[in-house]
Amino acid sequence: MHRSAAPGLLIALAVLAIGIAIALTVGRYPVAVSDLFDVLWSRLAGRTSTAAPAVENVVLLVRGPRVLAAVLVGAALAVAGSAFQGLFRNPLVSPDILGASSGAALGAVIGIYFSLGVIGIESLAFAGGLAAVAGVYAIGAFLSSRDPMLVLVLTGVVIGALLGAAIGLVKYLADPYNQLPAMTFWLLGSLASTTAADLLPLTLPIGLGTGVLVALRWRMDAMSLPEEEARALGIATGVLRIAIVIAATLVTSASVAAAGIIGWVGLVVPHLARTLVGPDFPRLLPTAALLGGGFLLFIDTLARTMAPIEVPLGILTAVIGTPFFIWLLAGMQRNWS
Amino acid sequence: MTLAGRALSIGYSDRVVGRGLDVRVQQGEVLALLGPNGGGKTTLLKTLLGILKPLGGEVLIDDRPLAKFSIRERARRIAYVPQTHAPTFAFTVETVVLMGRTAHGGLFSRPSAHDREVARHALEEFGIGHLRDRPYTMISGGERQLVLLARALAQEPQYIVLDEPTASLDFGNQGKVMRQIQNLAVAGHGVLFTTHDPNHALRTADQAYLLRGGERLAHGKVATVLTHANLEALYGASVEMISDTESGANAFLPG
Repeated sequence: MHRSAAPGLLIALAVLAIGIAIALTVGRYPVAVSDLFDVLWSRLAGRTSTAAPAVENVVLLVRGPRVLAAVLVGAALAVAGSAFQGLFRNPLVSPDILGASSGAALGAVIGIYFSLGVIGIESLAFAGGLAAVAGVYAIGAFLSSRDPMLVLVLTGVVIGALLGAAIGLVKYLADPYNQLPAMTFWLLGSLASTTAADLLPLTLPIGLGTGVLVALRWRMDAMSLPEEEARALGIATGVLRIAIVIAATLVTSASVAAAGIIGWVGLVVPHLARTLVGPDFPRLLPTAALLGGGFLLFIDTLARTMAPIEVPLGILTAVIGTPFFIWLLAGMQRNWS
Repeated sequence: MTLAGRALSIGYSDRVVGRGLDVRVQQGEVLALLGPNGGGKTTLLKTLLGILKPLGGEVLIDDRPLAKFSIRERARRIAYVPQTHAPTFAFTVETVVLMGRTAHGGLFSRPSAHDREVARHALEEFGIGHLRDRPYTMISGGERQLVLLARALAQEPQYIVLDEPTASLDFGNQGKVMRQIQNLAVAGHGVLFTTHDPNHALRTADQAYLLRGGERLAHGKVATVLTHANLEALYGASVEMISDTESGANAFLPG
C-alpha cells in the first residue's frame, strides 16, 4: 500500500486551475466561462477569438498579468516556506525567518521616501531582502557555535527587529499625506498595480531559486535531520545550507519586491501540502507550489472583488490564514505531519 | 580491517575532554564503550565518527587517516545510529531508511531501484518490513531504534557506531536490539556502541573500553575487563556481581 502522491498533486492542480478560471472571469467586467475558454484556446492555437475584443483585453491584458503574478508569488512563498521549514527543522518557520521580508520592506519604504519610480522601489526592495539575509548569515557564521541553526534563527529575529525599527523611522519621517499611505499600502501587500512588465523581473529570480531547490530536492529530507546525523549520512551540510538559503531568499525577495509583504502563505501552505502528500520534499515541493499559487490567487481575487476598494492582501491572508491555521492545528494534534 | 583512534586528544575548541586515548574496532567485532556521565563517551564517539575533529592524534580507517576521506566516502565506511529521537516531520519508515543511501548517490540523484531494494532488504533484515509505509513518528521507540539500525545497514558501511542504542527501550526491546547488534558483527561489520549497562556489554560485546574522566581505565576482552573491581573504580560506586553457578555467566547489579 505504497502511499501515492498523485491524488494530492491532482487536488493541488485542481485548486489552481479553478482559481485561475474564477480569477479571470469575475470582477467589475464579468467574463463568461465560455468566452474565457475561447480567448485562451484561440491564443494557444494562434487564431483570433470570436469573443468581443473587450473580453480579450480584460482576460489577457488586465487580469492575465495580475493572475500570473499572484500564482507566481503564492507559489514562490510556499516553496520558500517549505524549504525553510525543512532546513530549520521547524514547522513554525516562514520565509521571512532570516529577514528577507523586513529587508525588502526597508528597501521599499526608502525607495518610496525618495520618491523613486516603481522599478527603483522594487529593485531596492529586492536588494534589501538579499542584503538582510546575507547580513544575518554573515553574523551567524561569525558567531560560530555548536548549534549553527539556532544562532542563525536568533540572529534573524534580532536583525528583523532592527530593520523593523528602521522601517518605523522612515515612516515617521515620511510625508504623511503622500508617502505614508503608499508605504502602508505596500507593507500590507498588493498586486493591484501589476502589469505585464512586472512579470519578467518576478519570474527570473523565482525560476532560478526554485530551480536550485528542485535540483536539491532529494537531499532536502536528510537536511531536516539534526546536523550531525545529516553529516554522518554523507551530506556536506554547510555548503548545502548556503545553497538552500540563497535559493529561498532569491524567491522570497522577488515576491516581496513585486507584491509587498504577504504573510501566512509561506507558513500555512506547506502544512496544507504536507497533509495532502506527506513531508517528503520531492513531492511536497510541487504540491506546495501549486497550492500556494492557487491560495494567493483566491485571496487576490477576493481582494479586488469583495469591496469597492482594493483590500490589502496581507490583511486578507491573516484573516483567512489564522482560523485556517487553528483548524489545521486541531486536526494535527497527532504529529506535525 | 580496523577503525582506530591513535593517541587521541578529544574535546571542543574551549575544553579538552580526554587525552591519550587509543581505541580500535575490528570488522566482525563488537566494542562496548562504558563510563560515567561526562566521562567523554559521547565525545570519543563523535571524534571516531569524524563529527568532531581530534585535538591531537588521529582517527584511522584501515590505516588511512579519517581526515583524508571526503564526507561521502566517510559515510560509506562508517554509519552512525544516534539516540532515538522524534523527527520534526512524519517521514515514512521507508524514507528514513532510504536516507541511508544518501552517500551512494550524487547530490542531485533520486534513489535508484537498487537503493530501494537495499532499503527494503535492510528493513526485512530487522523484521520490520511491515512498517515500511508507516510514519516514523507513529511507531514505538523500539521500532524506531530498529529503523535507525536498518538505515545504518542500508548505508552499507564497514563500521557502525551507536550512541546508547538501548537507552529508551523496554526490557524486551533492549534484548532485541542487542541481538541485532551481534548479528551486525556476525555479518562482518565492526560495531561500537556506548551503554550505561555493563550487562549489555557482557551479553553483546567482544571487547570493552572503560572511560573515566577522559582517561582509559581498561580496554580488552569483556571477560577480563568487566570485573567487579574495574566497575567499582569506573563508576566510583559500589557494585554487586552475581554469578550463575550452572552457566558461569556473570551479571552486575548497581548499589
